[in-house]
Amino acid sequence: MQLLDKLAVLADAAKYDASCASSGADRRHSLGTGGIGSTEGMGICHSYTPDGRCVSLLKILLTNFCVFDCVYCVNRVSSNVRRARFTPQEVVTLTLDFYKRNYIEGLFLSSGIIRNGDYTMEQLVEVARSLREDHKFRGYIHLKTIPDASPELLAAAGRYADRLSINVELPTEEGLAALAPEKKLPDIRTAMGELRWRIEENVDARKAEAKTRAKPPRFAPAGQSTQMIVGADGADDRDILRTSTNLYGNYRLRRVYYSAFSPIPDASARLPLQAPPLVREHRLYQADWLLRFYGFDVEEIAPADGAGMLDLDVDPKTAWALRHPERFPVDINRAPREVLLRVPGLGARTVERILGSRRHARLRVADLTTLRVPLRKVLPFVTTLDHHPKRRLDDPARMRAQFAPPPRQESLFG
Amino acid sequence: MSTFHATVTPPWDERAWRDVARAAWRAGIAPDQLTWDGDGQASLLAGVDVLAQAPVRLAPHVPPDFLALAGSVLCHRDAQRHGLLYRLLWRIASGERALLERETDADVRRAGELAKAVGRDSHKMKAFVRFREVPGERDAFVAWFEPEHFIVDRVAPFFARRFAGMRWAILTPYRSAFWDGSALGFGGGATRGDAPADDAQDALWRTYYANIFNPARLNPRMMTQEMPQKYWKNLPEARLLPTLLAEAGARVQAMADREAEAPRRRIPERVVEPLPRAEGLPALRAAARECRRCELWQPATQTVFGEGPSSARIMIVGEQPGDAEDLSGRPFVGPAGQLFDRALATHGIDRARLYLTNAVKHFRFEQRGKRRLHRNPAVSHMQACRPWLEREIATVKPRIIVCLGATAARAVFGAGFKLMEQRATWMRLDDGTRAFATVHPSWVLRQASGEARDTAYQSFVDDLALLAELADAAQDASS
Ligand code: SF4
Repeated sequence: MQLLDKLAVLADAAKYDASCASSGADRRHSLGTGGIGSTEGMGICHSYTPDGRCVSLLKILLTNFCVFDCVYCVNRVSSNVRRARFTPQEVVTLTLDFYKRNYIEGLFLSSGIIRNGDYTMEQLVEVARSLREDHKFRGYIHLKTIPDASPELLAAAGRYADRLSINVELPTEEGLAALAPEKKLPDIRTAMGELRWRIEENVDARKAEAKTRAKPPRFAPAGQSTQMIVGADGADDRDILRTSTNLYGNYRLRRVYYSAFSPIPDASARLPLQAPPLVREHRLYQADWLLRFYGFDVEEIAPADGAGMLDLDVDPKTAWALRHPERFPVDINRAPREVLLRVPGLGARTVERILGSRRHARLRVADLTTLRVPLRKVLPFVTTLDHHPKRRLDDPARMRAQFAPPPRQESLFG
Repeated sequence: MSTFHATVTPPWDERAWRDVARAAWRAGIAPDQLTWDGDGQASLLAGVDVLAQAPVRLAPHVPPDFLALAGSVLCHRDAQRHGLLYRLLWRIASGERALLERETDADVRRAGELAKAVGRDSHKMKAFVRFREVPGERDAFVAWFEPEHFIVDRVAPFFARRFAGMRWAILTPYRSAFWDGSALGFGGGATRGDAPADDAQDALWRTYYANIFNPARLNPRMMTQEMPQKYWKNLPEARLLPTLLAEAGARVQAMADREAEAPRRRIPERVVEPLPRAEGLPALRAAARECRRCELWQPATQTVFGEGPSSARIMIVGEQPGDAEDLSGRPFVGPAGQLFDRALATHGIDRARLYLTNAVKHFRFEQRGKRRLHRNPAVSHMQACRPWLEREIATVKPRIIVCLGATAARAVFGAGFKLMEQRATWMRLDDGTRAFATVHPSWVLRQASGEARDTAYQSFVDDLALLAELADAAQDASS
């Protein structure tokens, strides 16, 4: 098979993985090393594909042969998809050639399971090793980690990679048992626990040796992340967010990626007939953000007495505010930061600008316009020197109708 | 009516602007008296050059964030930017120290917009420059790029840091940057024809681009927002866009129309193993890994089973795993475990000879922000988990059992056990095993540091002395 064909097959096979970020690595450059590559904190999107997604890393599988049979996966052993396999050397060359032309930030390498977990992991680690050691490559490397690979391989992976990830795949154990029979939740959790353990041990060891020259090398400086597939099993948004909270808390993940289950060629008859609307995935990301940076908890966003699903028509913060009219209106000129952060339409950056500006003068609606605050969204929930929403909050149902878009299915299959 | 003029060369250079602005301020020339020559050409405008003015006061003090702002605003193409910055400088130096915080101010906002546009353009340059290999030369590359603003000098160091091991040039209509492997150089503008038109790798890149995209998620609006059309002409992959967009709908339809097919291989049902009888530690451990007898398994990472030789004479029973144990899967490795190790060491007891386990095998905790706080297991958890401990005891058959803490003591001696009254007292279990209880090392750690903790630690060490005597005896007996 030609390299071009292999690339086509193995990029196609990787496209369902949403986690392509290249941020969070420590700062480094290639000056004086003879090699190439740098990371400066924020990753760069080098292109965008027509699905609106960022192309940052060369995201490919080493091979799409797989001995597993996860129903939602296009590469499962029972699928009739075309198969291909790169040699580690081919991946190394491709990564360097792409990097030198400034197409990419680095490599995100994953693989189907061939033979067994250790054999597969060994191949992935060899690619990373060769890039780092043979070619002095200092760009970003993200390796997908095989949960049951041996600890030595995990240790080696962390030495070469910026980020490691293990996919939980599905939010509940029942879902996993039904759709990914060979994957076991305890194995996945154990591997994540092991990663957090090693990452933190490494940070501590480096701190302890900060003054000497014997600093141990970094272990996965960009931490670990995971991905969950949304809409392939029966889990609702509340299940999903509770699982995320648990994973963030237990393993200090940098990110949980949500990937709306996408129709795949050669689909198994056991999958739901319809893909979930893409907006569901979007709402989950918004909710995830609220959990991590805005001081909300799952009970507020997806309360136990609700339907378990996020409102698709309005964003989760607005939905929360409409459930809690007693918390509004909020005084833009007086409310503390954490209260402002809960106002629909006010992002973290805008809140900082409001706090900065109001130190100089009490704010009016015109000032909010200057600060680029989305007035239509915000004004019903706040007071300023010259504005009060009056009784608008008395009728949340009417307000919800105003915020909601006209009914329309966002899914292509609607 | 302005009577003075100023020229900055090159017009995007922060240092050059700073020199002129400083001279103007020191000469006491107010913003409305000064005309800035936007494009940096020697001015034909009327008025006196500010640099020729004698200073009448000291240089202004400005905060570093203003200089950072000026640095990026100067790269903008807006012809008014020099004057805008001078106005800001004048106001800040005249007493409005915190002016930049005030984002509702028209000048501040305008400067912010310009800086943002420059930032965006710089970011896009880092993203969209495409190097092409110079045919016949090794690791030499040239790129053609058309930035919106004067950002080449600002962004070139980024490319030097990233592509240090290559030789490269970035050509733009107004300026070029060069890297010879060790130093950056700059030159005049160039034309598209000065860069290679194509690169052998472009075909591979286009293949990648076409295949990494998911036609089921078409979102061209999002794409053009992040990758505006003006950049497309220099992106090799953008050539594919019309085709990809046109064919996406059909590809998805084809996928949906295809009959879902039955898996070629039957998926085996998951076999639920019955709880094994005590058939050796490895089997027990494997079975406990899948335990669902109480709800504690759910939020935790893994079952933390006992550890140690199956021939151990002494078994230590703790309460439950903590954060570190939950992550690593091994008992007694966290802070309490380390304190226990130290206490053992004072009696010369080797931990490797002991069998260490817990009364409850999953970590019970409460999430507080980033931390997982330990919670005591409930009676129901102890009951649910007891069979595992019983089987460990039945398998290892220790001569002596040491219970650390009240939970462990109740699990071994029964619910009526009173730790503080009965600690460090030898007891005999029904099967003849000798056992005693002492405090849990984490109880020692919870005491206020200083004297209280020292006393608690000492009492813990003293209790373990019981073991030391016996351990000696046991060793003697076995040797
Ligand atoms: S705590 Fe014990 S009984 Fe409960 S699930 Fe864990 S191993 Fe089973």
